[in-house]
Amino acid sequence: MNFGAAEWIIIGLSLKVAIWAVVLSLPFAILAALALARGQFWGKSALNIMVHLPLVLPPVVTGYLLLLLFGRTGPLGQFLDWAFGLTLAFRWTGAALAAAIMALPLTVRAIRLAIEAVDPKLEQAASTLGASRLRVFFTITLPLIMPGLAAGLVLGFAKAMGEFGATITFVSNIPGQTQTIPTAIYALLQVPGQEGAAARLIIISVVISAGALILSEWLASRMRRRIAG
Amino acid sequence: MSLDLSISHKLGALDLSLEAQLGDGVTALFGPSGSGKTSVLNIIAGLIRPDEGKVTLNGRVLCDQSSGVFRPANQRRIAVVFQEARLFPHMTVERNLLYGAPDRSGLDEMAELLGLTGLLRRHPATLSGGEAQRVALGRALLSRPELLLMDEPLSALDSARKAELLPYFERLRDEARVPILYVSHAVEEVARLADTVVLMEEGRARAIGPASQIFAGDGIDMRISRDMAAGLVEVTVIAHDKADRLTEVTLGSSTLWLPGLNGEIGGKLRLKIDARDVMLMTGRPTGTSALNILPVTITGIREGHGPGALIDLDHEGTRLIARITRRSVRGLSLTKDQRVFAVLKSMSVAHRRPG
Repeated sequence: MNFGAAEWIIIGLSLKVAIWAVVLSLPFAILAALALARGQFWGKSALNIMVHLPLVLPPVVTGYLLLLLFGRTGPLGQFLDWAFGLTLAFRWTGAALAAAIMALPLTVRAIRLAIEAVDPKLEQAASTLGASRLRVFFTITLPLIMPGLAAGLVLGFAKAMGEFGATITFVSNIPGQTQTIPTAIYALLQVPGQEGAAARLIIISVVISAGALILSEWLASRMRRRIAG
Repeated sequence: MSLDLSISHKLGALDLSLEAQLGDGVTALFGPSGSGKTSVLNIIAGLIRPDEGKVTLNGRVLCDQSSGVFRPANQRRIAVVFQEARLFPHMTVERNLLYGAPDRSGLDEMAELLGLTGLLRRHPATLSGGEAQRVALGRALLSRPELLLMDEPLSALDSARKAELLPYFERLRDEARVPILYVSHAVEEVARLADTVVLMEEGRARAIGPASQIFAGDGIDMRISRDMAAGLVEVTVIAHDKADRLTEVTLGSSTLWLPGLNGEIGGKLRLKIDARDVMLMTGRPTGTSALNILPVTITGIREGHGPGALIDLDHEGTRLIARITRRSVRGLSLTKDQRVFAVLKSMSVAHRRPG
């Protein structure tokens, strides 16, 4: 297959959007997963709903809400523009935000399951050996949830690569700026005679997704072996 | 070391209330399951916050509910060996050992002491239960605690593993010089390791005292004491009879024979002589298979509501106890100050004293 420059731009932009989406959402995903797995606080079920809402809402609704909040006239959009000179709507940064929000429920679920599988007794033992809560997290909890974390990251990455509805609503489908693989496929399928170009992108997305899954399985089994000795 | 406890805590059906001042050596928190022993340990370690009360270690207030002071577990310098080893599965034995250690300085010596030298590169999943528990012990000690808590550290192991581990505990007690609070419901472990015993029942301390007094059952409800009543006696090793595989020891002016070769010549051993293994005779028995017969004086007769009675005996200042039936007490018309003979059916080496 020969890719033209336009296709490389689409693929590169998709990767950039997905990687940023996953990297940016990771700290929030870990914190939310910790809070949901371990926390006892008022508003826990509200947090749970917030995190999972993008999973069940029609993506177009999520995209529209993002536009309301982060658009040029939205409260958060105005704030970000004023504070950091950062514009999200109709930019690749906005695509990354939309992808991050859509990927969050999947990452949080995977990490939460991994945290729930960690025996709190090990963390207790570490604390009786003088380890602070932070040290316990980084030396015990985090290494033990690594397989789940890796799985969550890959799921999130795949979701971010494939995100369509919220992205097209929030940042539209501007070639070279916000056009990712799914929105490009959509655009190509609207025009007669472009099935070949669409097929190439479709194959690319299948390869990337399958590769991500294989990578996550490999990482997880490697880490499980390490933990089991 | 001084540990002052004054705590009360409600946990389900258990209403825990304990006042105690504990000192150096090995203190056993001893009692049946559900008597609140582990809760006490968790409160001392900082893993549970008591409803009320105060815990002070060497003058440091660890927890005082009246003033809201609560030092978290990681600031207490109290290490715990749990029932399950709780080793960190993603770390080698060496990294487990060093987890709470300020530096590597004690590692080689500790590995040597606990027989772990060949295991340092291994992962916990490949260790036997006994090995894992030894790593847990070494890990706790290398964190240089002011107090070591042990929560039924042998109860998850089979009896062969227990027998393998107990000598390590003894060496540690004698060499590491860390005060230990040892939670257990196993009489044999307590008799073997403890200097002081806190006898717990239903969330209360029924008795606190030196191990020998507690095993003698002083001031303890017969209902609790009758099964564990025993004399803890200290003897001196005189000779090993290698042909018959017996150890000759002296208790005052009397000689006793122990099965097996125990201790070092000139060294001392602590023996536990269970009350139910002591028979009484009014005249010196002849033609008996028993090797160990001591002339004793009856110093007291304790009868409970059951069929049994505990007879306190004195042999040249050493205290022994016999558990016989009340019928036998009447049949032999035993009375205080009467001189009789105690036939010791069996004895176990409870404690290896250095020197």
